[in-house]
Amino acid sequence: MIKFLNPSYIFYLTGKILNFIKIFIIPIIIIGIIFSLFVAPKDYIQGDAARIMYVHVPSAWISLFCFALISFLSIVNFIFKIKSLSLIYKSLAPIGLAFNFIAIITGSLWGQPTWGTWWAWDARLTSMLILMFFYIIFIFSYKFIKNTEKSSKICTTVSILGLINIVVIKYSVNWWSTLHQTSSINISGKTTVHFSMLIPLGIMLFTFLMYSALIFLMKYRIETIRVKKKGLKKL
Amino acid sequence: MLNIKTKNRLLILVAIAVLVITITVLIFKTLEDNVLYFYSPSEIEKSNEIVLNDNMRIGGMVKKGSIETNQNEIRFIITDFKSEIIVSYRGTVPALFAEGKGVVAEGKLQDKKFFLAKRILAKHDENYMPPEIKESLKDNVK
Repeated sequence: MIKFLNPSYIFYLTGKILNFIKIFIIPIIIIGIIFSLFVAPKDYIQGDAARIMYVHVPSAWISLFCFALISFLSIVNFIFKIKSLSLIYKSLAPIGLAFNFIAIITGSLWGQPTWGTWWAWDARLTSMLILMFFYIIFIFSYKFIKNTEKSSKICTTVSILGLINIVVIKYSVNWWSTLHQTSSINISGKTTVHFSMLIPLGIMLFTFLMYSALIFLMKYRIETIRVKKKGLKKL
Repeated sequence: MLNIKTKNRLLILVAIAVLVITITVLIFKTLEDNVLYFYSPSEIEKSNEIVLNDNMRIGGMVKKGSIETNQNEIRFIITDFKSEIIVSYRGTVPALFAEGKGVVAEGKLQDKKFFLAKRILAKHDENYMPPEIKESLKDNVK
């Protein structure tokens, strides 16, 4: 158990995993693109426009999941003062922000041909934009506040506010009338996406998760090196 | 088990969380209608506060067989299967605009039954399937 918690062992292990992902990421991306562009059928109303779903939906999920994760880590870090957790959330936050941005951009590109507008101030779209601001504030508060105690406090406050926003995003389409349709994929309940479209969606989700893991591990290792360079023996 | 400092931090967080959640709920309660992107025809029928000739959005389903096109005007009925509103619009409609599908109209209410739209947005539902499946579903219904 001690061996697994040793920072240099973790560094060695993440290096191994990173190399493994590096080998597989390109084939996975190619398979994902082939499935979503060629194997998946057209939608019965939207035609080929529905293919944007294979980028939009996984990106949105990852951005929500990532914020939940960094919030959790930052809250635990605040309460129990486990400093190594801050390395993890610092490495995760930019990934979430990137996917949040991708979800908004692809949503906008999808909205124009289907709804007839690039943007609508409905509850879902607005709350998603607010999430982006939360990400930015979160990143700023550890980037620009040098005092770790202070930055941890601010990160945790942003986390709590952001977590409420996550719940609002999830249920926005059920609580209020929105231009955005209600969710198609439900863990408990009916999924209204045809099976032949779920497969490419699953592959794309896996692809994006692998990509996130790749970027995360790279960033995490850099953060570790940065801490070591400062001459700190302990995190 | 937990030392006092950790316990205190935990308590502070719980207090902040409770406070923030209460404030959020209150904010949304106050906003209420403003969070809605559009009103449904029955909300308009019931409401007494809606001001005529004010910019607003209404939404619902395009009633089957209600689309009439003459010259450059499109007329159709928005329904939520309880009440209906006639919409008049000049301009192009999005590709997904069709009978029996969701729609959101932006414009002004002339009276409670007539709406002059400046912009039409299509609202699509959560169903995704290949065209062949849709065809076979139709056959089953017949």
